[in-house]
Amino acid sequence: MSDLTGLSLAEARAGLLSRQFSARELAQAHIAAMERARPLNAFITETPERALAMADAADGRLKCGAALPLDGIPLAVKDLFCTAGVLTTAASHILDGFAPPYESTVTARLWSAGAVMLGKTNLDEFAMGSSNTTSHYGPVENPWRRPGDNRPLVPGGSSGGSAAALAAHAALGAIGTDTGGSIRQPASFCGIVGLKPSWGRCSRWGVVAYASSLDCPGPMARTVCDAALLLQVMAGHDPRDSTSAPLPVPDYAGALVGDVRGLKVGIPREYRAPGMPAEIEALWRRGAEWLRDAGATPIEISLPMTKYALPAYYIIAPAEASSNLARYDGVKYGLRVPGDSLDDMYERTRGEGFGAEVKRRVLIGTYVLSAGYYDAYYLKAQKVRNLIAQDFAAAFANVDCLLTPTAPSAAFAIGEHADDPISMYLNDVFTIPANLAGLPAISVPAGLSADGLPLGLQIIGRAFDEATVLRVGAALERAAEFRHRASFLTA
Amino acid sequence: MATAELIEGRTGSWEVVIGLEVHAQVTAAAKLFSGAATAFGAAPNTQVSPVDAAFPGMLPVINRHVVAQAVKTGLGLDAKINLRSVFDRKNYFYPDLPAGYQISQYQQPIVGHGQIALDLPDGRSRTIGITRLHLEQDAGKSLHDQHPTQTYVDLNRAGIGLMEIVSEPDLRSAEEAGLYLRKLRSLLRYLGTCDGNMEEGSLRCDCNVSVRRPGGPYGTRCEIKNLNSVRFVMQAIDYEARRQIRLIEAGGAVAQETRLFDSSRGETRPMRSKEEAHDYRYFPDPDLLPLELDPEWVAALRADLPELPDAKKARFVADYGLRVEDADVLVAERATAEYFETVAAGRDAKAAANWVTGDLFGALNRLGRAIEDCPVTPERLGQLIDLVADGTISGRIAKDVFADMIETGEAPGAIVERKGLRQVSDTGAIEAAVDTALAAHPAQVMQYKTNPKVLGFFVGQVMKATQGKANPGLVNELLRRKLASA
Amino acid sequence: MALDKSAVAHIARLARIRVADGELDALAAELSHILAWVEQLAEVDTDDVQPMASVAAMRLPMREDVVTDGDCRDAILKNAPQAARGFFAVPKVVE
Ligand SMILES: [Mg+2]
Ligand SMILES: [Zn+2]
Repeated sequence: MSDLTGLSLAEARAGLLSRQFSARELAQAHIAAMERARPLNAFITETPERALAMADAADGRLKCGAALPLDGIPLAVKDLFCTAGVLTTAASHILDGFAPPYESTVTARLWSAGAVMLGKTNLDEFAMGSSNTTSHYGPVENPWRRPGDNRPLVPGGSSGGSAAALAAHAALGAIGTDTGGSIRQPASFCGIVGLKPSWGRCSRWGVVAYASSLDCPGPMARTVCDAALLLQVMAGHDPRDSTSAPLPVPDYAGALVGDVRGLKVGIPREYRAPGMPAEIEALWRRGAEWLRDAGATPIEISLPMTKYALPAYYIIAPAEASSNLARYDGVKYGLRVPGDSLDDMYERTRGEGFGAEVKRRVLIGTYVLSAGYYDAYYLKAQKVRNLIAQDFAAAFANVDCLLTPTAPSAAFAIGEHADDPISMYLNDVFTIPANLAGLPAISVPAGLSADGLPLGLQIIGRAFDEATVLRVGAALERAAEFRHRASFLTA
Repeated sequence: MATAELIEGRTGSWEVVIGLEVHAQVTAAAKLFSGAATAFGAAPNTQVSPVDAAFPGMLPVINRHVVAQAVKTGLGLDAKINLRSVFDRKNYFYPDLPAGYQISQYQQPIVGHGQIALDLPDGRSRTIGITRLHLEQDAGKSLHDQHPTQTYVDLNRAGIGLMEIVSEPDLRSAEEAGLYLRKLRSLLRYLGTCDGNMEEGSLRCDCNVSVRRPGGPYGTRCEIKNLNSVRFVMQAIDYEARRQIRLIEAGGAVAQETRLFDSSRGETRPMRSKEEAHDYRYFPDPDLLPLELDPEWVAALRADLPELPDAKKARFVADYGLRVEDADVLVAERATAEYFETVAAGRDAKAAANWVTGDLFGALNRLGRAIEDCPVTPERLGQLIDLVADGTISGRIAKDVFADMIETGEAPGAIVERKGLRQVSDTGAIEAAVDTALAAHPAQVMQYKTNPKVLGFFVGQVMKATQGKANPGLVNELLRRKLASA
Repeated sequence: MALDKSAVAHIARLARIRVADGELDALAAELSHILAWVEQLAEVDTDDVQPMASVAAMRLPMREDVVTDGDCRDAILKNAPQAARGFFAVPKVVE
């Protein structure tokens, strides 16, 4: 049965519909895979009983020919999505024991489409990180290792648990959130597909907030088509999220026509950052050639504000986070560390409940919003954000999408970059601009680094044009023929 | 600005400068950003949604009706309606503020400059500027007296829509502040945008008070927080102004601070919890977008406004010929004005005004009832006035009938019939009573020649003999005639 | 802007995060390093540029004034570290 876990989501769906196997069998295979993958620490909470119950319900529908779009498909859920009655931690000590009385819009949509919940995946605490090493529940290991080198590597972050679960074949699909690259960068590090939709495409209702104006729930999968199938269900207007776009959702899988002829693909000159490894640059060039061969036209363009995206992000995101995380105060839910007075209780609870990176960002955010500094930092960053969005708008007057590397490196060892926050922040240099501008972007595995680790390429599209992003992503996928499997599966 | 309300200190006169910040709870079924109910008096935490309790991942969605209420209030304040306003987060930690921030409006409120006209008792009138009105969430309630070592928190109120209405520092005395509050309350109740119930906390007031030499530069102000009655507002201002004058005259300086009013002692004192320098770190709420209003929607709300107290008062004076003071009293509450107008319809308006402001208010006061649950309907009070006008009963008897109506709720005609109070206008019967009275009191008949006031004595005798039912006009006429010829 | 120890203590107090005295210096250095790095934004000419709070090109939606939620005290209090008699309970606040 282990081959059931090697199927793509689309293949599994076909197998279920043709009754080659049952949803229960599919769930059991993935529950076993999830157990085998425990050394990776990809899951914070496993929900096997729930998975089996959901699978049985799916089997009931499949049997009578009333199958739902994702009936019986086992999924892993980043533990930032609130799931009714199931521990929801954001990988933080401060949410100890918290079981929400409600279900996030995105997960509710998946379950009502028949999908099966395997469990809640590990992440950087409150989604703040690029290595999945800031989790209160310990780091996640990348299922990939360098050949001949046994040192554990990071899966990327913050949706590292979801990415690792997919690469370890412990789920057919997963969901993550992307605030500055948290879906795309771990996808690149783990050799899978990750799509950050436009801001407003997938509801944020019931997703633990990090930086509201940037947070985007999105699908993670092993193929572009699978990502499209997941997005189809996740996307759509939600009246409970005031920033959810009241737009129709196109047929994403239907958009994968395999034809990119005539499309203009922008190659932003400024992404050729100083110190970019030659192999990344080579892969990027190869990606442009693949698309040219498929009939698209690569065009060099300029996004002059690119270098300011990262510092602008590290003002805006912490500012919003400092306010979003004020609710964790030991009063309504989660951890309380007793104190002599109310303020003492607050300070102890938040001092012990938050990890180092979260504290760092909350303090930076508090500072940049505080009296006398607001204009110099926060307002300035918002103005730069506007300029970055204008850069993209100008580019999209001439091109249909952009091609860039996803990350400036392959996965690194756990513990690397730990000494310097900024060197860690640089991981997201290519992903953050799309967040600031609210644009959809996908990472597709495109090749291996010299030391045998996956590398992704990124396609950025116009706002709400996920269809083009998926179409071009599929063209890259076809050309790249990435068939490599994580060493965890081959060992 | 001419001000008569100077306070004489040891070293000269002082002018009090007052600005009020009023928090008015918006009348609505549901909260500003959640679908939980707003009813007063529910059991603790039974009107709390996960949004109000700031559970992770919960998001605000604004209530259109609450927005409409704020716009209506702005229109009633003759204020500028801002077609684009922005919700900001005001960040601070307190257990009754579950998110750690209050959603409020900071730099771009929904309502800008407006004004309120005050009619002072001395006949002058003053215009008080309104700086702004903004929408924000109410906080929950902390109960500090339920447990020796704990504070209890009830979030029923958390998230209810509030209008914060900020006045310019245009008020110059506690009396003016009281008038302003009453006028504002009346306006809100007319508009139906706030029930104005201060005991239930629907209307709460912060007072900014400073003193200065008349016309001089503003002094340092103190803010007195959370006053929940007009009387307390006035007491607190009076106390605070005198405290500041005493302090300055003794060579001290007023410290800018937040103070609490202790109603049992009639004093203000600094808040004990030492507040660190306020740093609310306002920034636009990223869970919301700027609030944009259609001009047509605002125009429709404007067209729908009820007649407001000032306009009504002017009409009462012009159309009914009422005295300004009577009109003032009658328009203060919309229900009273409507009651009055029903009574006055097709009748002597002054008589109607006298009945309403006199006997009716007196009775309601005694009963501790609002006009909405008055036992006498305006229609029946009108019938009573008609009975006097057409001579069926005398004005004297009408008072008794009214007292009976209050008691029984019966129609005045029925009471008159039941008690046989119909006025006697039969000249023969009255003449007989007059003759009897004159015959019984020859000495007084003699006195009448030199002292015509004795007439009153005889009127009394005749009325007594007829149990008050004799037509007083006829009694007077007959007595005068017979005494003259006696 | 380099932050000193007392500035960090002030921010930590605003954010209600306990930082041990011994950690203040190291944290000050770390935060100063990050701030110095973000200050490269000063190079960008932003005169006449509007601040962008949100990328959404839409209006704030409004809901109707209907009670749809809230009668769920047990669910609200269930996760509370301390609750009593239907209230959340916290260390006593002295006003
Ligand atoms: Mg205020
Ligand atoms: Zn306020």
